[in-house]
Amino acid sequence: MTGQPAVVIAIGNPYRRDDGIGPAVAGEIERLQLPGVRIVMSDGEPVGLLAAWEDTDLAIVVDAIRHEPPCPGRVHRLTATELDTDAAAASSHGFGVPYAVQLSRALNRQPGRLVLFGIEAADTDAGSGLSAAVAAAVPTAVAAVRAELRAGQR
Amino acid sequence: MSHRSRELTVSGLSRVEGEGALRLTVRGGQVDRAELNIYEPPRFFEAFLRGRSYTEPPDITARICGICPVAYQTSACNAIEQACGVVLDQPLAELRRLLYCGEWISSHALHIYFLHAPDFLGYPDSITLAQDHRDIVERGLALKKAGNAILEFLGGRAIHPVNVRVGGFYRVPARSELAPLAEQLRQALDLAVSTVQWAASFDFPDLEIGYDLLSAHDPGRYPVESGDLRSASGLSFPACEFPDHVTEEQVPHSTALHATLDGHRYLAGPLARYSLNSGALSPIAREAAASAGLGVECRNPFRSVLVRAVEVVYAVEEALRIIGSYQRPDRPAVEVTPRAGTGHGVSEAPRGLLYHRYALDADGLIQAATIIPPTSQNQAAIEDDLRRVAEANLGLGDDALTDLCERVIRNYDPCISCATHFLTLTVNHA
Repeated sequence: MTGQPAVVIAIGNPYRRDDGIGPAVAGEIERLQLPGVRIVMSDGEPVGLLAAWEDTDLAIVVDAIRHEPPCPGRVHRLTATELDTDAAAASSHGFGVPYAVQLSRALNRQPGRLVLFGIEAADTDAGSGLSAAVAAAVPTAVAAVRAELRAGQR
Repeated sequence: MSHRSRELTVSGLSRVEGEGALRLTVRGGQVDRAELNIYEPPRFFEAFLRGRSYTEPPDITARICGICPVAYQTSACNAIEQACGVVLDQPLAELRRLLYCGEWISSHALHIYFLHAPDFLGYPDSITLAQDHRDIVERGLALKKAGNAILEFLGGRAIHPVNVRVGGFYRVPARSELAPLAEQLRQALDLAVSTVQWAASFDFPDLEIGYDLLSAHDPGRYPVESGDLRSASGLSFPACEFPDHVTEEQVPHSTALHATLDGHRYLAGPLARYSLNSGALSPIAREAAASAGLGVECRNPFRSVLVRAVEVVYAVEEALRIIGSYQRPDRPAVEVTPRAGTGHGVSEAPRGLLYHRYALDADGLIQAATIIPPTSQNQAAIEDDLRRVAEANLGLGDDALTDLCERVIRNYDPCISCATHFLTLTVNHA
């Protein structure tokens, strides 16, 4: 145990269409008012991520990702180990999550457990509103985050 | 090597916020073209704002940049308040300055420690720097957290603060609430002074810029959240005359629009701010600058890391001054009644001058919005530096030249509105 129970960190910009999936999912989680769960909005800047997840038992990051071959709206679950090795190409924020994971390790400030839910984006052009496939993934992603939070409490 | 045609393409720039691409073309020992595609102008936001209420730009434009949302909020508020003929109560203006100091501390600490210092210390990134010098990176982290503490306390949260509104704030704190923040900032002041001493030990390549400098000017104090405009060439004008002096135009050697000041090249940002306002620094910041070997002006872009470090000292000291004299304002915001007209607002974002203009109708609906950020103003200066540095170093191999060019770009801490693309680095020969 490290300190606070759990943090849900949403990365993304709602004015870059599907890049707003992270904030959309975190917004739903926030409305549930779950005890012991902090919600943090992030632009993916790694030092900010480190500050958000240090001293927590469970950190859940929700971010838009790109994947080949693409399947917009598909939800991927990645652990810190997977992020550390090959996820430099997974997050849509280059100077972002993998960098933050490695920096946290160098400074010994990792969360107890780190899970990233990456939702495949279709459209990250300037604009507001999620594409249909990505919007349809919100309930799936919310359920996945809630399941992870429940697993963290056991 | 320098006599053949050579093209260097860097399709992703490491340790620059967001995506960026650089293309250098060399012919006959001279750099033919230096193009930096690093900045995406906020055209979407300008269009998105049209038809919306005068109350909305602070929240919407804060989304343009996660690193400097307060700058966008503040320039937006300044412009709309001017259009509506509103002047902030003095205590509210001071609170706005305090919030802005938080952004300077946070943004500058990020750039100094996590993006720029590895260049001077021979590390590929701050992760490897942290492995060898954890104490140094921890200091940067603590400093950044002190800035974030101001943003979270006053702004409601560090990313895209929600407590800012046209006319002031939604909520203002009681004096007693500020005590823990002051304590954190007192500790940060020592860290900030140590940062200047540390950065002063770096080895700075020679490069001197000759072009004009433009910054905000706030009589008697260092410019932060508002002001008129001053240039090194002696220009002095209010924000409402910005469009009369600054114009963006097409140039032959680049695809990006280049901004000029009365037809000539200029630079905004820390070097301009410092060179035009160093006499207005606070006592500890001035002493730190002098002991670091900075004169009254600084025209070497590589030394911008030192100027940023001095500005962090200033911002911490200024934040402590504001907290020390703070009395809770009578009201959290001045009432702003819309009227038809145009307002202009400037503030000094961490990267330099940020200009907003809004035309409102009688109901307060936005008819037109213009946003000119510092990176877009500095595009010409960055490309010019690249051309000069590359030309003087054509004997280097592609990798070393690429590294040097990336350093030149990082001197300006350039930003992009929102990073949604991967960073990959490839070098192609012509």
